[in-house]
Amino acid sequence: MGLSRRAQLLLSLSALLALLSMLAFMTFNVHSDWSFIIPYRGSRLLGMLLVAVTMGLSTVVFQTITHNRILTPSLLGFDVLYVLVSSLAVLLWGTEQGASWPVELRFILEVALMVAIALLLFRLLFTGSVRGLHMLILLGMLGGLLFRELADLALRIFDPSEFSIQQGSAIANFNRINLQLLWVGLIGVGVCSAWLFRLRRHLDVLSLGRDVAINLGVPYTKIVTQLMLLICVLVSISTALVGPMLFFGLLVANLAYWLTGSHQHRWTLPASVLAGIVCLVGGQVVFEHLLSSSLPLAMVIELCGGVLFIALLLRGVKQ
Amino acid sequence: MAVTHSVTPSPSKPRTAWWLLGLVLLVCVLSIVSLNVGASRMNLLHLFTDPDDRMTQLLFVSRWPRTLALILAGASLAVAGLILQMLARNRLLEPSMVGTVDAATFGVLLCSIIAPSMALWLKFSVVSVFAALGTLLFLAILKRIPLRSALIVPLVGLVLAGVIYAGSSLVAHQFELTQALQSWNSGDFSAVLRGRYELLWVAAGIMCLAMLLADRFTVIGMGKDFATNVGVNYQWLMICAVLLVSMIVSSVVIIAGALPFIGLIVPNLIRLITGDNLRRAIPLVALAGSALMLAADLLGRVLIYPYEIPSANILAICGSLVFLVILLRGRKQWA
Repeated sequence: MGLSRRAQLLLSLSALLALLSMLAFMTFNVHSDWSFIIPYRGSRLLGMLLVAVTMGLSTVVFQTITHNRILTPSLLGFDVLYVLVSSLAVLLWGTEQGASWPVELRFILEVALMVAIALLLFRLLFTGSVRGLHMLILLGMLGGLLFRELADLALRIFDPSEFSIQQGSAIANFNRINLQLLWVGLIGVGVCSAWLFRLRRHLDVLSLGRDVAINLGVPYTKIVTQLMLLICVLVSISTALVGPMLFFGLLVANLAYWLTGSHQHRWTLPASVLAGIVCLVGGQVVFEHLLSSSLPLAMVIELCGGVLFIALLLRGVKQ
Repeated sequence: MAVTHSVTPSPSKPRTAWWLLGLVLLVCVLSIVSLNVGASRMNLLHLFTDPDDRMTQLLFVSRWPRTLALILAGASLAVAGLILQMLARNRLLEPSMVGTVDAATFGVLLCSIIAPSMALWLKFSVVSVFAALGTLLFLAILKRIPLRSALIVPLVGLVLAGVIYAGSSLVAHQFELTQALQSWNSGDFSAVLRGRYELLWVAAGIMCLAMLLADRFTVIGMGKDFATNVGVNYQWLMICAVLLVSMIVSSVVIIAGALPFIGLIVPNLIRLITGDNLRRAIPLVALAGSALMLAADLLGRVLIYPYEIPSANILAICGSLVFLVILLRGRKQWA
């Protein structure tokens, strides 16, 4: 089944917009040597692209598994969980042996720990006794709050005088992308996307519901566990690169549904990535060069996403 | 609307009296401990055996105001939470979860941008207006929610608070006040000295007013039709209650910063003892609020002694844990 004319038009338009904004990001207001600009802006662009891909894919897949359009991994506190894990890991890396390990290795260990915890939590939440969407989101938001405050507490106890420095990194910031992890992130995102692409037909079937999917011969538990693992890795990568963002995934996923008007993942997944690129790179170009303002893009995105969330709730999204 | 007020049978009076006595004792003990703990060594007993100037100074300039501020702030915040729960007819709420606190912080931010040397009473009025607007916005949204399950109410509140906070961080960023905003947002009492906490007496006064109006707030909690039926001016009382909550919150935010979850935990625990009778609950709620505030502050002071952890941090951890327990225990009722 193809796409409607409207969807084709909108999708090609947003692809064009994404390309244009990437081009603009690289070429606007170049005052110095190209040999400096290309690696400098290129690495930031790569970082933002990675975040767009991770956020879009993870949110769309998560919403497919959970059958709704307002639940996202960030709303359930997954990204803050990563922050907690990594700030607890600071305790470990603080020892001399830990500090000598390369950043990439530490990151991989943190992701492994995070995946383990998240899978456990997911088991608890979805296969157990908790039913009801609102309950789930509320539990997730409270869990997120708890993780954040615990991370705060750990940092304060660990090093009271360094606290204010660390605190800055707990808020998403696209001007301060963690470039050390760019290559690990790139590899991780590549592997995860390829894996998701292989599973795209399974995803389409999963969106019909658990019982139908099992009936149609999908090994449900196996596939969902794989998908959750991918989501955890993607969320960790994005959080490690720029920091936690509560509503960005929600915004991008809903834009993707609106753009395509389709349920097929071969369309919604790329559309969410495109929407993410337009929001992040386009937004960055507008703020940095056109408005020449220092407003942090992440906060503006959070604001829009929050308003969208309230609107979705008010419309009485189907449970 | 889903029924969130299950009828709890009111226990007999004597039991409430015992609880009252116990809580008074608890607050006294915690206050004495709070007077004795701090970076500089001091023992209250020495005040009687060999009083010296440095010690009385320390006591009356720093320790005593701080302890008093903790008692007043804790009590009034807990009562504010109770009133708000009656207003919105939902037990899972408190001022920091509906945008009241964040709107108040926004007000403080604007005050310090426009007129940093504003008179205290003026600042208090401006911040109260902002807090009231935030609360009214929440109540307006609440009216429009089609399917009011009990859980969607705190959910909308939390997100609204987040949106208001995002807005004020944008403004704060523009004026390079991000650090200040963060400190207002995690309240602590380390800066409280003599002459810097007296606004909290206003909060205490408002709390007493709330005690006088307690019966009417109980009626409000039963809904508009019932309230009108028994001859209460519903609209007027609603506005009155919103103002009371906003003024309490704004005085605490100006003096100490945002202190989350007191207004949620305390009324829910006390309701287990007293049922829904507000007049009987309010004194207990106030005392328990003071006790919780004192305990949180004490914990923050001793945990990484001689440094301090803001009480907001500790309250948020305990509060979200208790809230999680409340949700999970009552999940059949809510879901």
